Amino acid sequence: MNRQRHEVLAKTMLQTTAFFSIAAVLLIIVFVFCEGLPALREVGLLSFVFGGIWQPMQGQFGIWPMLVGSVYLTLGAILIGVPFGVGCAILLAEFAPQKLVRIIRPAVELLAGIPSVIYGFFGLMILVPLLRELFGGTGFSLLAGSLILGIMILPTVMTVSEDAIRAVPKSYKMASLALGATHWQTVYKVILPAAKSGIIAAVVLGMGRAIGETMAVIMITGNVPIVPDSILAPIRTLTGNIAIEMGYAAGLHQQALFATGIILFMLIFVLTGLANLVRWKGAKH
Amino acid sequence: MIITVKTQQKIALAVLWMLAGLTIGALAIILGYIFVKGLPFVNWDFLSESARRMGREGGILPFAISTLYLTGVGILVATPIGVGAAIYLTEYTKQGFLTNMIRFFTEILAGIPSIIFGLFGFIFFVITMKMGWSVLSGGLTLALMVLPTIVRTAEEAIKAVPESYREGSLALGATKSQTISRVVLPSALPGILTGIILGVGRAVGETAALLLTAGSSLMTPISLLDPARSLSVHLYILAVEGISTEKAFATAVVLILIILAINMTATRLIRRLAPKH
Repeated sequence: MNRQRHEVLAKTMLQTTAFFSIAAVLLIIVFVFCEGLPALREVGLLSFVFGGIWQPMQGQFGIWPMLVGSVYLTLGAILIGVPFGVGCAILLAEFAPQKLVRIIRPAVELLAGIPSVIYGFFGLMILVPLLRELFGGTGFSLLAGSLILGIMILPTVMTVSEDAIRAVPKSYKMASLALGATHWQTVYKVILPAAKSGIIAAVVLGMGRAIGETMAVIMITGNVPIVPDSILAPIRTLTGNIAIEMGYAAGLHQQALFATGIILFMLIFVLTGLANLVRWKGAKH
Repeated sequence: MIITVKTQQKIALAVLWMLAGLTIGALAIILGYIFVKGLPFVNWDFLSESARRMGREGGILPFAISTLYLTGVGILVATPIGVGAAIYLTEYTKQGFLTNMIRFFTEILAGIPSIIFGLFGFIFFVITMKMGWSVLSGGLTLALMVLPTIVRTAEEAIKAVPESYREGSLALGATKSQTISRVVLPSALPGILTGIILGVGRAVGETAALLLTAGSSLMTPISLLDPARSLSVHLYILAVEGISTEKAFATAVVLILIILAINMTATRLIRRLAPKH
């Protein structure tokens, strides 16, 4: 009897821990939304999202420049991170000799482990001054952010793509080679199309990482809340908006930052859903 | 001009090798530059002294201790919950709606950006629970952030324990919970440890969430309710406020070395695990 009660107790406790993730996500949503919704109500959802001017002291809360900044920066990061990430993945999965795989893969994993504040620091010390020398202006720019974020999302894109490429059945490759195709033709015309959904999922995951990135971004993009007119112009992202102003914001201003968090949350949610959908569709075939 | 398929392959390979080379090059430049600039300033005084004049002089001891406390709280809270959840997911439930739900939410938790954790930690721990900017607020926020990593790796590790182990234990008359605590968990331990170490790595490097939840005091925290400045936050403040480039580089070197040591330990553990199963 005692033994049985012990079993039930163990199960109940484990069950509780299992539901913790669900509880945590719900708590986060509830608290961030409760804090942000009053600002959305006060400012109006449309003028909050599409408003072009962010001047908290004057009571102007429009996050359009930050929304555009986040989207541009994410696209920039993808433009740099995806060719490198997918390129490395193809090389590692198909062409590189085992010896090199054993060097490249840990190196890229190392890249993934470096905290974002280090990337930001490097950008601030090297990249920003370099861009200032080369192109004039301050150097704090969309370009600087894209380059650094591109490097930061590379490991995510690479690992997920490599898994996708390795998951393509060997028989596809053998059939293609047997038909007289070269190894590259096989990769290009058979393996990559077969791994397409996995690679797309990798890209979407990379986008999720880029859009949520904070520290590196606030250190190198200049944080000016104006829609950029060139890649050398400074930008401010949604994450940057929160990180920079949370320290001194109060009242409606603070709520507006939580509302910025809500919009960010929605973007991430859509991206995560998209990634899962792509992966699920890929798994079905 | 017609390019033969052989040439095509050569060009493609050249491009791929160039991409990989540039990637490794970028890593080498980032780490190399920081080490060259920072290593000369890392010495015993830097590691063992408190910061003076906002960090312009002195060392980083209070921030190293803060990092240890914050990470410690985070890991101590997240580990039992994460491992418990992993046991429940693998040993107690069948593949179904409930497990899918828990996994889906764990996935969502993993995808939430750190600044959102910061917002939540601020409004929930700092304000609502009245913990203030403190080791506790920051540590609990970190616990939420590393939870998905621990759940996922522990789940993989437990799944990898051969079914025959469980059958053997049950056949000897052990109960399910005895089987789990005496047979399954010990054999899954290295895998679980790997997850915990990866969690430590993430917690040590975290900055944005701590900026909003742990404060940025220059003092060494004594109690859990004292504010604390982690090494990563210290680096950020030194660099962005232009307090001291030298100290910033030196702090960056220390931070990178800690992360490297942590990740190498994890990799080593994973490698030792791989050939067994």
